[in-house]
Amino acid sequence: MLTKRLIACFDIINGMVTKAVRFQDNINIAPAEELAGTMYDVQIDELIFYDITASAEKRRIDIETVKKVARRVFIPFTVGGGIKNLEDMYEALKAGAEKISIDSMAVRNPKIISDGARAFGSQCIVLSTQVKMSKQMPSGYEVYIDGARVATGMDAIEWIKRAQELGAGEICLNSIDNDGTLSGYDLELMKLAEAAVSVPLIASGGAGTPEHLKELFTDTDAQAAIISSMLYSPRMAKNYTVNELKKYMMQNGINARPLK
Amino acid sequence: MISIIDYKAGNAPSVLHAVNHLGYEAVLARYPGDISRATHIILPGVGSAKATMESLREMGLISELENAVLQKKILFLGICVGMQILFEHSEEENADCLGWLKGQVVKFDASKIRVPQMGWNNVNLTKTPVCESLNEFFYFVNSYYAKPKNESDIWGLADYGGPFAAAVRKDNIYATQFHIEKSGIAGLNLLNGFLSLKNGVR
Repeated sequence: MLTKRLIACFDIINGMVTKAVRFQDNINIAPAEELAGTMYDVQIDELIFYDITASAEKRRIDIETVKKVARRVFIPFTVGGGIKNLEDMYEALKAGAEKISIDSMAVRNPKIISDGARAFGSQCIVLSTQVKMSKQMPSGYEVYIDGARVATGMDAIEWIKRAQELGAGEICLNSIDNDGTLSGYDLELMKLAEAAVSVPLIASGGAGTPEHLKELFTDTDAQAAIISSMLYSPRMAKNYTVNELKKYMMQNGINARPLK
Repeated sequence: MISIIDYKAGNAPSVLHAVNHLGYEAVLARYPGDISRATHIILPGVGSAKATMESLREMGLISELENAVLQKKILFLGICVGMQILFEHSEEENADCLGWLKGQVVKFDASKIRVPQMGWNNVNLTKTPVCESLNEFFYFVNSYYAKPKNESDIWGLADYGGPFAAAVRKDNIYATQFHIEKSGIAGLNLLNGFLSLKNGVR
C-alpha cells in the first residue's frame, strides 16, 4: 500500500535554509545541501526547496544549490521559486529535481501549468498555493501570491480545480493562517480540497506536534504533510526526529514507510 | 561500460549521480556508439511514453538498443517510463512502444484512487540474479502501469487500487516502475545488485 509521506520543506535564501514565521523574520538554519543531506540520512520521505527570494529579485532559481542537493540525496525533491518558463523547468529537472513547484507564476500565467505538464508530464508539476480564510470567497478561502503578501480575489478551491484541469499532478496547500503557529494543519481546507480534486494533496502550515499528523492523516485524504519547524526550527521547545514521527504514525494506524 | 540513455525529457543526471555514488563510472549516452560498447544499459524515464519513444527515434537509438539488448543480450535496466516503453503499447497518448515485452500500459482508475500514484509503496520482488527475494519500499510517480501478458515476466508486485506490476524481468532485461535512483537505500541496494552483474550473473 502507498504510504503517507513526510516532507521536509526548506526556504532557501542565498543557498541557506531559513525559517520564517508567517512569512517574516527569517533566521538562517544551515546550508541547503547540508540540511538536505542530514534529512536524507534520517530517512525523510521527500524534500521541497523554495528559492524564496528568486521571484522578488527577478532572477532564476539557484541551480547550483539544486545540483549540490542532487549529488547528496537519493530521494525525490521538488524545487520552486523563480520558475517562469519551460526552460527554467528543464534546467531544474536536469539539475536533478523530480518536480517543479509553481505558485505565484501560475496565477499570473496559468498556461505555464499546461505547458509544463505537456513537456515533462503532469507528475513533474506541483501547483503550490498560499491560501487564507476569507468570507468573501465561496469556499471560504482566498489565494494569495508573492510570498503570501498579495490577495488575488481568487477562490482557492476553484483555483486548484482549474490547476488540475490544466495538468498539475500534485497540489500543495499552505494555510497562511496556520503557518508557523504550530496549532495544526487546516483540516477544513484539506477536506474541501480532497473533494474538489483527484490528484495527490500535500498539507502545509501549522504542524507543531505529532498529533497534528495523526489528525491530518486520519481526518483527511492528504497524501503528504510538510513538516519543518517540528524537525529543525530552533524556535521550537522540542524538535522531533523522523524516526519518532514515523513510529508515532504507525502506532496510530497510519501507513508510513518504516525506517531501515 | 555503463551507458545511461540521455534523452530530452529523461532524468539521466539523477541516475548518473546514483551510479557514481555506488562507485561506478558511467556515460550519458546520446549516440548509437555510446550504446554499442556498453556492458550495462540504463534507460531512465520521466514524462510520457510517447515523448520518450519520439526522443529515442529522433536520436536514432532504437535499432542500436534492440541490437544490444535483444541480440547481444546486454544487461538492461528500464526505469519508470523506461519500463513502460518496453511493452507493445501505451494508452497514454495512444503510443506504440518497443514491444520487447508482451502487454499493454494502462491508466490507473482515478475514480477509485488519487492519480498519479505519488510516494513510497511496498514491493515484493522475487529472487533474481539482481537480488534475493525481498519486501521493500520504493518511490513511485506514475499515472500509468504495465499489464504484462506473460506472468513470468513479472518481477514484483505492488498494490495501488489493486495489484500491479511494479517491476518486470525477462532474461537480461530488468525494469522497475518505481524510481530506483530516488528510493533511498533500498533503491541504491537494488541498483547496486544490477550494476554488479557480470554477463548476467553475480
